Parts: sequence; structure tokens; C-alpha cells
Amino acid sequence: MNSSGILSVVTFVYGFAAFLYVASWIFKKSEPGRLATWVVFAGLTGNTTGIAMRWMESYTLGYGHAPLSNLYESLVFFAGTLAAVYLVIEKKYQNRIIGAFVMPFPFLAMAYASLSPNISDRIQPLLPALKSNWLIAHVVACFIGYAAFAIAFGLSIMYLIKEKDAQGNSVLLERFPKTVVLDELNHQMVMFGFLFLSVGIITGAVWANSAWGRYWGWDPKETWSLITWFIYATLLHARLTRGWHGRRIAFLSVAGFAAVMFTYFGVNLLPGLHSYGAMGQ
Amino acid sequence: MNSWQHSPIFKFFASVQLTVTVLLTLAATSVIGTVIPQNQNIDDYLHSYGQNLYRLFSVLDMFDMYHSWWFQLLLVLLTLNIIICSMDRLPAAWKIVVKPPGFKPSRFLNASCQRQVTVSSLDQAQPILEKALSRRIGQVRLEQAQHGFFLWSEKGRWTRLGVYVVHLSVVFLLAGSLIGSFWGFDGAVNIPEGETAKMIRLNNSGKSIPLDFEIRCDKFSVSYYDSGAPSEYRSTLTILENGTAVLTRDIIVNDPLRYKGVNLFQSSFGNLPPQNLLLSFTSRATGMEYKEKIAPGQTVTIPEGLGSFMITEFNRDHQFKGHTIGDAFVGMLTPTNGDSVEVVLPVKFPSFDRMRKGEVIVAISETETRYYTGLQVTSDPGVWVVYTGFLLMIAGCIVTFFMSHQQICIEANTNEKICSVTIRGIANKNKIGMQKKIDAIVAAATTKIAKQQ
Repeated sequence: MNSSGILSVVTFVYGFAAFLYVASWIFKKSEPGRLATWVVFAGLTGNTTGIAMRWMESYTLGYGHAPLSNLYESLVFFAGTLAAVYLVIEKKYQNRIIGAFVMPFPFLAMAYASLSPNISDRIQPLLPALKSNWLIAHVVACFIGYAAFAIAFGLSIMYLIKEKDAQGNSVLLERFPKTVVLDELNHQMVMFGFLFLSVGIITGAVWANSAWGRYWGWDPKETWSLITWFIYATLLHARLTRGWHGRRIAFLSVAGFAAVMFTYFGVNLLPGLHSYGAMGQ
Repeated sequence: MNSWQHSPIFKFFASVQLTVTVLLTLAATSVIGTVIPQNQNIDDYLHSYGQNLYRLFSVLDMFDMYHSWWFQLLLVLLTLNIIICSMDRLPAAWKIVVKPPGFKPSRFLNASCQRQVTVSSLDQAQPILEKALSRRIGQVRLEQAQHGFFLWSEKGRWTRLGVYVVHLSVVFLLAGSLIGSFWGFDGAVNIPEGETAKMIRLNNSGKSIPLDFEIRCDKFSVSYYDSGAPSEYRSTLTILENGTAVLTRDIIVNDPLRYKGVNLFQSSFGNLPPQNLLLSFTSRATGMEYKEKIAPGQTVTIPEGLGSFMITEFNRDHQFKGHTIGDAFVGMLTPTNGDSVEVVLPVKFPSFDRMRKGEVIVAISETETRYYTGLQVTSDPGVWVVYTGFLLMIAGCIVTFFMSHQQICIEANTNEKICSVTIRGIANKNKIGMQKKIDAIVAAATTKIAKQQ
């Protein structure tokens, strides 16, 4: 089986894990949740193997480059990073309901990569502009950041749901982490993501300076990553002011993630230099 | 606090509300430039937006919005906010860092993270607690009290400065970009293989400026993958100072040449009309083929008394009877007796001239492709300031987000045969983490005490 085959299977493994987490939450049974952790682990192992195999396959084809060069490869890496960061959080906070709000993301990313007719899983040679040592650092940093923001988004949604039910009437929300914990966890994920987004933007700037002779050019992808950065910077500062804990922070986190999604997918609809991540490749 | 720190203007610029407002405004307005294409032709804009909308956008500098006065004003506002905020808060933080207030048990009484346990003997608990505390925080100070003792430890006092490093980094970024826009330039030049250039054209104004040195393009080559996709663009460049070659190096995309603060980047290429070509003349009468080297403008005499031939022009997209036939030379064939005829020689179709059914068939048998290399030429003396800002930002973020000033005080008291131990923690960030740390100290200490009994 080649890497694309393995990665298609991983899609369903992640889907199954997401299903188990949701089932465990809705039916208030802990067994599916415990199984889900192992399923995520299996999916992550397959995901990592798929990336490693794809890397080797690119050498067999004579191109030899890290599998981080187009939309398909970035989605696969994004899914893997999400699953890995999620497992760390689950271990640290011992709450599997978060899984029901996070694990659908790697499943959707993989499903989009594997099933969308617009995305080719063919291994292609690197364009001259992508041949740089900065490629790996830039892409890895950006996607760790995106993964953290996706998790922060899931936590914010949980916060907004939990907050509506202040009296604790709903049985479904019983085992949700407390709003204080969700707020704090959201903040921590945003800080983590903000650091990696900053590193991603910075490595991208240094790379742009060595490829195009300028570190910043207001290209739409650059601009949108900066817009994302502004939104999360707002969130981090807003927490310092009175009355901005909780709800408004959760909304900012949701808005920030929308900007992340637009930076990732939407920008391809606009003209610019970052066409490597675009569809039809 | 000085009196000027009470002035409303200072308070306005020192407020976090201003930060939040400016950051959100920057985020919202930045979207515009990604939707309206920037720095295009006036005609394109008129075509897309019409007369009225064009005028409105034009007045608001929407077509170069990131350099517009109002966008720059927002950036200046952000910078002022950052500087004044830091001026407002840094002195207090600095004081804590350089002149630690020392240990006062009273400061911990209202600590948000607390936990109390009872032990059987303080003498037994003391070394165990001390060890548990020093493992998680650092050096422990012991102070005896009337009915027991205090253990105190702190770490990361300096991390209170991390956020100011992040703020400083933003100032570096903006300062560096200002230096670049005043003393740097960004231009381009196309140099044909074998030729030398000194003048470059600036990208924003279109003006030509001379460099302090000359650039010669010795060779340009492009290689392809089997699939036909380009793999590498490579230019061999020589730098000349007063006509003497001082440096020869190849550049490829992502590997520019830097000389005297000027960076030369591989950015584009194209091909030029060939200068020399080898023509073949085939006589219809004898079937003999004669080869002659020729340059544009030159005349050659064709053997067998078939006349003379001259190349008159070269066209990139030559039109022949309404069809585009690509690169083509046009020549003038003058027979010994008779009128001159125009001969079209497309580079791609060597047997094209057979159609003319003349006495002699002219064909291109060899052309040499000549490239020019397109270089991006930039100079940015501010780039090192910006890069320093980058490093400061990463370092500052790590400190600000993941490190904190933590202090833990353990108070042990014997009160009518009950030995109670209270652990109180203060952290300037991550209170949940502090509570976990206290719980961990309790867990470690109680297990150890249980083991010893």
C-alpha cells in the first residue's frame, strides 16, 4: 500500500475516533471514550507513517522533498498535528468531552484532502521558489499554530454552550469542564498558537527576503496571516482589561479561527504569490 | 507616579482599550487591500469599479492602502500606545525585578492558591517539605517562627520583563521598516547573456538609478523536470568595479548574491532574438544545399548565381496570412535577375519556405537561443533591525506565555498538638498551573511522610 492508501484509511480512523468521543459524551459512557483515545493514537501512527512514506516515495520518484509542498500534504500534516496536540491536552486535563469538539477537525481535514476532486494527492516536484531550507520550518510552525487555534475554537464553542446553562440544568453539560477551566485552556491554546503563528510569519518573512528580496510585501496570504495575528493579539490584550474574560474572549477566539481558515483556504481565491497551497495542484 | 502620568492624554495612550481598538481596526482595514488589488493600472481600476467608485477609492488611497496616510497613522498610533503603555508599567516591574521586596508572610495571606494539611510532626515534615518545594520552585529560605516555621521560595522574577521585550520587538519591526523605506530601494533589471548593466529601474516610481558597480550576466540556464515543470533557474553573474571583474557567482531562486549591501535575486527570464543563425539554401535546380552563417542586417551571396539574401527583421509573434506562427525571421531574397521577394522563416517550422515554390528554398538550420535574466535588485539597511525584532519577539513571547513569576510560602504551625501546614502560592500568570504545583507538593510530601511511618 502506498502513502495515499494509508492516509485514506487514516481518514476513517479519525472519523471513528470522533464518533466514539461524541457517543461517549451523549450517552455518558466512559468506555467509548477510552477506546477513542487508542483509536486517535492508531490514527496518528498511521498519519505519521503516511507522511514518512510519502517523503520516501518522493525520493524514489527522484524529486526528494519534505511532504509539505501543496494543499494535500498540508492538510495531512494539519490533521496529524491536531491529533497530536489533542492527545497531549487529553492526557493533561483528563477530559474526553473535549475530544468530541476537537477530533472532528482532523477527520474533516483528512476527508477533504482524500475525497475532494479538486485536490490531487500526486507527488509533484518542487517549484524553484519552494526549494529552501525555510520550507519545513515555515510550514511546520504555521500548522502547529493552526492546530492550536482549531483546538481553541473547539474549546470556545464548548465555553459558549456551557455558559448558556449557568444553573447546570442540562445533563449533557454535566461533565463539561468548568467555564473557568475552559476559558483558561482556551487562553493557553491561543498563547501556544500565537507563538507558533509568530514563528511561522517570521520564518516566512525571512524566507521571502531570501527568495524575493523583501521580507514583507502585503501579498494576500501575508496580509491575512497578519490579520489573524492582530485578532489573537487583541484577544491576549483584551484579557487584561476588566469584563473581557469568558464570553467575549470565546467570540474573539472564534473570529480568530475564522481568519485562520480564510488564511488557509480563502486566500487562494484571491490573486497572489502563495499559489502553492491552492487547489487544482 | 509623576503628575504627567495623570494627564488625560497620557492615560488615553496608556490604555489597553486603545490597544484593543487599534488592533481590531488594523485587522478590519487590512482586509480591504486583499480584496481590492493594489498598485494596478488606472485603466484596470476604471474598468472594474467605474468612474465614481474609482474617485472615492482614489481619495481614500485604497489602491495603495498599506502605504496610505491613514494606515500609517494607525501603525503610529499602535507604536505610541506600545511605548507609552510600557513607560507606564515598566518602572514598577523593573523595581520588583531589581529590588526584590523580600519575604513577608503577610503578602501570602490572601493568595488565590492555597491548601492546608495536617501532619503529625513538624520536625519530620520540614526536610520533606523543603525538598518538595525546592524541586518545584528553587532555592528555599527557612525562617523560624514562634510556633513553627516558614518555608519560602520564588523563581522567575525576571520573566515580568518578557512582555516589554515583545513590545520592544514591535518597535524594532516598525523602526526597521522605516529605515528600509527611507534608505533602501527595490528595483529590477533585465540583462541579456554576455551583457553588462549598471542602471536599474525602481519598482515604485519607475525611475532609473545607477548602482555603484556593474553586473554582467555571463550565462542563464533553466532546467526542467521530466514532467516539464521548471526545476531551476540559474544565472552566472559577474560583478565589475570600474570595468574589472571582482566576483563571479551563480545565483538561483532562494540563493541571492549580496554585494556591498545590494541584493541580486533571480526573479524572471526570457529569450532574446538570436543574433547569429545558420541558414541553409537549397537549389531547386541541382538539389544542392549550401549553409551560410548570417546575422541580422548582413547580406550573403547564394552560390549557383541564385542571388543574395538579407535578414531584415525578427518578430516575436509573426502573423502570416492571419495565423500566428511564433518567433520568425523575415528576410529579403534578391535573385540575380528579377525582383526581391520577402521570405518568412519561422523558427519552429524549418520547411516553411518550401511552400513559396521558389528557385531556392531558404531554411533556418540552427539558431542559438539567447536568454536574458531578470534580476530583482534591492537594498534594505533596515533588515537587521527587523531581524533583531523577530528574535526579540520570539524570545519575548516564550517568556511571556510560558514562564511566570512564582512564589510559594509554606507556613507550619503547632497549635495544641495539631500540626498544620498551609501552602500558599502567588503567580502573576497561570493560576491553575500554580494550584497544580501546590497540589503536587502536597501529594509528594504526604506520600513521603506516609512511607517514613
